[in-house]
Amino acid sequence: MKTWIAFWNILKKDIQNYYLKPPNISWGIIFPLSWTLMQLIRSSGGMNMSDIRTLLPGLMGMSVLFGTTSMLAVTITFERKGRSFDRLLLAPISLSTLVAAKLSGAILFGVFNAFVPMLFASFFVDLTGINWGVVLLAVFLIAVTSTLLGLLIAVSAKEVFEAQTLSNFFRFPMLFLCGLFLPVSSLPIFLRPISYLLPLTYGTDLLSGAVLGSGTLPTLLSILILLVFAAGLFAFCQHSIRRKWIL
Amino acid sequence: MGTTGIVNVTNLSKRYGNFIAVNGISFSIRKGEIFGFLGPNGAGKTTTINMMIGLARPSGGSIEIDGIDAVKNVKKAQSIMGIVSDESNLYDEMDGFENLCFCGSLYGMRREEREQRAKELLAQFDLAKAGKRPFKAYSKGMRRKLTIAAGIIHRPEILFLDEPTTGIDVESARQIRHLLLELKQGGTTIFITTHYIEDAERICDRIAFIVGGSIVANGTVSELMKSVSHGYAIRLTADQNLEPFTEDMQQHFEGCTVKVNENHEVTMVSEERISLSPVLQYLDRKGISVFEAKEIRPSLEDVFVKITGIEAEKLKKEKEKGGMAK
Repeated sequence: MKTWIAFWNILKKDIQNYYLKPPNISWGIIFPLSWTLMQLIRSSGGMNMSDIRTLLPGLMGMSVLFGTTSMLAVTITFERKGRSFDRLLLAPISLSTLVAAKLSGAILFGVFNAFVPMLFASFFVDLTGINWGVVLLAVFLIAVTSTLLGLLIAVSAKEVFEAQTLSNFFRFPMLFLCGLFLPVSSLPIFLRPISYLLPLTYGTDLLSGAVLGSGTLPTLLSILILLVFAAGLFAFCQHSIRRKWIL
Repeated sequence: MGTTGIVNVTNLSKRYGNFIAVNGISFSIRKGEIFGFLGPNGAGKTTTINMMIGLARPSGGSIEIDGIDAVKNVKKAQSIMGIVSDESNLYDEMDGFENLCFCGSLYGMRREEREQRAKELLAQFDLAKAGKRPFKAYSKGMRRKLTIAAGIIHRPEILFLDEPTTGIDVESARQIRHLLLELKQGGTTIFITTHYIEDAERICDRIAFIVGGSIVANGTVSELMKSVSHGYAIRLTADQNLEPFTEDMQQHFEGCTVKVNENHEVTMVSEERISLSPVLQYLDRKGISVFEAKEIRPSLEDVFVKITGIEAEKLKKEKEKGGMAK
């Protein structure tokens, strides 16, 4: 019970202090919206509403990726710099509970970001036939793995600007490597192995399968790979925190 | 070193590569006392406290807190500790009340309990009116007080404070000393690191001096004083130069060494306690008026300087620097 009280209050504090701030809410809305418009204009030289559904998996994956990685990396680096993070490290809760609480806020923020393009799309196109269960699971797993990447960045960065730079270093190549807007099959052959080393590739494939029916990998395999990525990254993040933050 | 205290530290050491930050130190803290850990910057104070609270891993030795092995079972030990770091590390966006409630929740306190306790602490720390103000709007002294309140919200058995009065105004520092004495009266054991020797002398029951990662002295204030004080001394300020009377005084007060200083001052030192009234009567008979007469006792600062060889002036400069930096 004591652990749950601590977990819930860390999560609540992060949501109130960071994720519900107007700049972050507007980022969560404006960023996917502007990408949708850009893609629509680019795809047909003019507005074509039927393209929106095709763009959805990529837009959702990108929204989660950008929302989660930078937010967690920046908030943790910010708390580390002000030493308020020490307060959490010194609380009588396990490191797993602390990490899970910090991740949960960013994951929820990522899930919210993912459904912004979906919500906008619902006004313009027919969304019947979507496998909502797989969509939800895919969004959740993309959010978990992306948030853990953000945590990994936070462990490596000392300053907020370092965290932002490192986030961008990872994120922008992922836009092109993970099949968000270009199919992995259209990438040069030497780049494809890199794509399959990135969890977002599997998440995007799951979304494509659920929204468009055009996934290239078996659904269960993608889910399993994402779960392995999540468990591996969680263990690695915990190990890195113990090594780097408890001197 | 005995293992009778609520905290027993034995042969504790910490290395960073080839650099030895803490070199096999041992000490015990008794239940209900204020234990001061004094030393200049870089002496190993913060490294020691970090190892005790679980923010740094010892390279060797053991830490036992209330029977708990604080190295192997750090989370259990943390549940009975209150920790106040050398920075006021609460959340700027949250107000004083919210900050306290949040800190209580980290120790598993239920909502009603932590809210009640937060109100009590805001009143006790004279912050009730500022309870709804964001932490970022607090003055340095208020921030420090709220940080200490956050450290005791869960009623810890032992409170660790790293430089609690550094960089704050005189009045806030006085209030904090007063609050620490109140906590001690309530039964809380307190471990405090500081380079403010006067603070330690005022509130600590026992003190350890750490220099270069090693403890060079450890004991009560009077024990430490005794270790460097050889005899008793009095100082008198008269209305005239006492140089012509030196020899006569030396003969009259057998066993005393009489030394005349500037500004009509004379110092008398003896192995035995010197009674003031015979001296005053003697000077009166010689037609000398005395403006001031006092027994001279060494200060803790004198003791520190003698034991460590570190000039008090250097320490003062360090604390001024520390104060300005915060």
